[in-house]
Amino acid sequence: MRLHSETYDVIVVGGGHAGTEAALAAARTGATTLLLTQSIETLGQMSCNPAIGGIGKSHLVKEIDAMGGAMALATDAAGIQFRTLNASKGAAVRATRAQADRTLYRNAIRRVLEAQENLAIFQQSVVDIEIRKGRVEGVLTAMGLAFSAPTVVLTTGTFLGGRIHIGLENHAGGRAGDPASNALAERLRALPFAVDRLKTGTPPRIAGDTVDFTRMQPQWGDEPCPAMSFISDGREHPRQVACHIAATNAQTHRIIRSGLDRSPMYAGKIEGVGPRYCPSIEDKVVRFADRTAHQIFVEPEGLDTNELYPNGISTSLPFEVQFALVRSIEGFEQAWITRPGYAIEYDFFDPRGLEPSLETKAVSGLYFAGQINGTTGYEEAAAQGLLAGLNAARKVAGSDPWTPQRHEAYIGVLVDDLVTLGTNEPYRMFSSRAEYRLRLRQDNADLRLTPVARELGLVDGERWRKFEAKRDAIRSATAALKATSLVPGSRLGVRLEARCGEAVAKDTNLFDYLKRPAVTAADLRAVEAVDADIPLVALEQAQVQAKYDGYIKRQDREIAKVKAQEGVALPRELEYENIEGLSNELKEKLSLAKPPTLARASRIPGITPAALSLLLIHAKRLVAQRGKSSGGGGIVPAGEEPAPVGERAARRTA
Amino acid sequence: MSTVDTIAAVATAPGRGGVGIVRVSGPLTQKIAQALTGRELTPRRAVFCGFRDSDGVALDQGIAIRFEGPHSFTGEDVLELQGHGGPMVLDMLLERVLSLGARRAGPGEFTQCAFVNGKIDLAQAEAVLDLVNSATRQAARGALRSLAGEFSKRVHAIAQQLLEMRVFCESAIDFPDEEIDFLSESDVGDRLDAARKHLSALRADARQGALLQDGLNVVIAGAPNVGKSSLLNRLSGEDRAIVTNVPGTTRDTLNADFDLDGMPVRVVDTAGLRDTTDAVEAEGVNRARRAMATADVVLWVVDDRDASSGKMAGESARSCTAPDATASIIASNKADLSGRPTGRLAPGVVRICALTGGGIDALAAEIEHAAGYRAGEGIFTARARHLDALAAADEALAAARESLAGNQGELVAEDLREAHDHLGAIVGRVSADDLLGEIFASFCIGK
Repeated sequence: MRLHSETYDVIVVGGGHAGTEAALAAARTGATTLLLTQSIETLGQMSCNPAIGGIGKSHLVKEIDAMGGAMALATDAAGIQFRTLNASKGAAVRATRAQADRTLYRNAIRRVLEAQENLAIFQQSVVDIEIRKGRVEGVLTAMGLAFSAPTVVLTTGTFLGGRIHIGLENHAGGRAGDPASNALAERLRALPFAVDRLKTGTPPRIAGDTVDFTRMQPQWGDEPCPAMSFISDGREHPRQVACHIAATNAQTHRIIRSGLDRSPMYAGKIEGVGPRYCPSIEDKVVRFADRTAHQIFVEPEGLDTNELYPNGISTSLPFEVQFALVRSIEGFEQAWITRPGYAIEYDFFDPRGLEPSLETKAVSGLYFAGQINGTTGYEEAAAQGLLAGLNAARKVAGSDPWTPQRHEAYIGVLVDDLVTLGTNEPYRMFSSRAEYRLRLRQDNADLRLTPVARELGLVDGERWRKFEAKRDAIRSATAALKATSLVPGSRLGVRLEARCGEAVAKDTNLFDYLKRPAVTAADLRAVEAVDADIPLVALEQAQVQAKYDGYIKRQDREIAKVKAQEGVALPRELEYENIEGLSNELKEKLSLAKPPTLARASRIPGITPAALSLLLIHAKRLVAQRGKSSGGGGIVPAGEEPAPVGERAARRTA
Repeated sequence: MSTVDTIAAVATAPGRGGVGIVRVSGPLTQKIAQALTGRELTPRRAVFCGFRDSDGVALDQGIAIRFEGPHSFTGEDVLELQGHGGPMVLDMLLERVLSLGARRAGPGEFTQCAFVNGKIDLAQAEAVLDLVNSATRQAARGALRSLAGEFSKRVHAIAQQLLEMRVFCESAIDFPDEEIDFLSESDVGDRLDAARKHLSALRADARQGALLQDGLNVVIAGAPNVGKSSLLNRLSGEDRAIVTNVPGTTRDTLNADFDLDGMPVRVVDTAGLRDTTDAVEAEGVNRARRAMATADVVLWVVDDRDASSGKMAGESARSCTAPDATASIIASNKADLSGRPTGRLAPGVVRICALTGGGIDALAAEIEHAAGYRAGEGIFTARARHLDALAAADEALAAARESLAGNQGELVAEDLREAHDHLGAIVGRVSADDLLGEIFASFCIGK
């Protein structure tokens, strides 16, 4: 049936954090885009905890923002408590975390979506994807409507084959209150993708008016209140409220232990793998039996509701056990549970079946983003969505895909980890995953990405003008610092020595002096070492650059080496099984990953320099044998040669 | 590939040759040439000059030739320093080049470089693969030997110390709400100092060769009473082994070190291989088999009077010494009793008389050949690379100490990561995911 139907450049399936950023990015570049969602009401829904950001995560949010995405601005419009994490540590590891009002957040996202040109929104669940000769051609909805497009971005979250567990009971569901997408799951399972199961969980929600906050420790946000977006100034924030910190106790732990026999995890009902870093309360009690208490962050769900999210007691124990364990907590003696906690199992596809553009290797024009790729977290989902939407639009326009490298963005680390190494637990970003984190800071996400985003057509004029002003101010601040010489015994030298306690022993300049740990931009300002018209924020940026200068120069050499390897393409027809000198384990890993470049191969665990030499020589020989021109070629265009990923599909569930 | 790094190695065989060559390739070549010779070298012109150390004192005198890429062996800028052939002088010259920014070349790396830059055509690709393969296997075996013992244990112990520190450091950064404060923990400095102390001690011991067995490992094997122990005594020039005409006299492995043309060689005598009911002798046979598994060269000794010598014995020798990269040589002994002339009979087959020394020179030449020792790479550089890695780790730990003093946690983390990576080059790298796993196992993290 083709009534309402039209042809689009990009169809995005799913209206969560991945789907919305995907649709927005595609539309921003000028592609005609259709966003299909089961429910317009839940566009931009935060289905887990009501918070955005955190270490590694706010880095992603600021990168999305630097590329014109919606997440940071929506957080600023919806954030009801903001904190800077690691404020006492260096700039590279500082992060921003915001509690968000769910309703305000959804509204903010919906406003952006509705205002976006080239973007149509339609409420229908998708039951099938049309694929012909290895290329995607469109989608079919539940009521039989067909939409066609040369590219489709799937962002189905936990809805694919979702199964909710509470105690030993379980039922199909995509999120408490929403149906799972089983028709689509069946359809996708028939395609050649390696599918597996993951698990995640949520805590029971609590009615705020049944809780005694006086017996918990309040935690207010920071003053001055930080902002998430580079183009916000904090005035966007609604009223700010406090979170509270509570704790479990010995009684809580006894209750949990008594209910373990009815836990779906411990009774073996759940086969999906849960995250190591976000264990359920029953896991924490079992694995760290010597702990007598675990912290609970009691987070408000919003300004217009008194519902609370007790972060730290995610559980799938039977409801009566949840009830007892909640009421054993100090301040929760009379607590009313508004929604039970649950665990959810869902399908994901081995992300090693993806190109770095997030296009599937098996089906040309089909892109995956978000939890379907085995990640967890709104920020991780949104980052992939932006990339998938962008690359889908670029494919339609006939342009090469774009993916940042590991040294350019956390988004690059995320995608490279996924497509190179895959994952066997819900993948979450941590700063320790980023080997170049000293340069991948949240403060310079715009400096790193806004210029390229501008070229890619993702950034509008207003953001660009603000960016240029900031960039120029930093440049002139840095130049001024380098140009101001500092001589032992000079008036400036003496004043700085007195203020910072760092001796000026030889002729130097302000930039080099700023490299010392004890010296700050504020010190320079205080002794009027630089022009008053250079803004302090620009001086602070120069300070960060000075502090990390030596480390970043050393990393530059490492990066240059990786770049050289990035330029060496590994042909897909390379037969790893037949390369003499590779261990069997490596042969297997390489055959599965089919890394497109030598650099990607170098990141496969267990690879050695000798093995890389062998790959290099075999690749060069193969290229020479084919009589094609030698030398690097970057990434082999996706989709031309479907790889039989599905042959290795580890189908653990029927 | 190597367009980023500048690589260097001794290009001539280790030993006391008349002339030794240090080859350098990569972008820093010209800078290194300038620093070393104190002058601008015109491309492709040989210049006789002094090679100077960092104080300007001459290390050696010789000929320097610079080639500009792509018109060079590797296709990159290349410098060849032809000096006097002594191993010590060449080592010092190489160390000087490395101190100027070059990195010790990996096995077969110059040839590989040449191939990648199109200086060697497709037909030669197979040969390059063979070279990389065999050099790598040789290096791997050398590394395996040094990793089997005390050296490896100590590197692992230090790596473990670094891992523990990183677990704290990274947890403090990634999980600030979990109340793990790495920097305020009073013993961080102590832990760092302890790790540095262990590392310095290890470097000192490793430099003295006390831990890393370098040199060629030659294992003498064969049936009982073919004269293995006599050969050991003959090769080492000492009466190390008891020689009798009773089969099965040697019941344990016995070592002797000697110097073969400048190359350090450890020769190992083993119990004769035969089925035996004697428990002690059986253990000796087991040890013999284990010794052969780590050998660079197996000297298979047969009795020259035995009609089935030569080829058949060779077959059994090969089947005995399982690792395919191990070279084997057949020494057909007791030429005095068979009355035939001593000397090289075929590649890898020599007739000798251990008692009189006849044919021993030819045997020595075969050993050198079989060790692939003209390549100038392999087991010798494996050890040197280990020492480089230890030095680099030490440097990173010193930086960590300084970052700690400046209270810069994320820089301590970066320095520790670097140090850990350098040790990882010896004992295996720890990935970010492994580290996270270690963190989640150590702390109850997560909301």
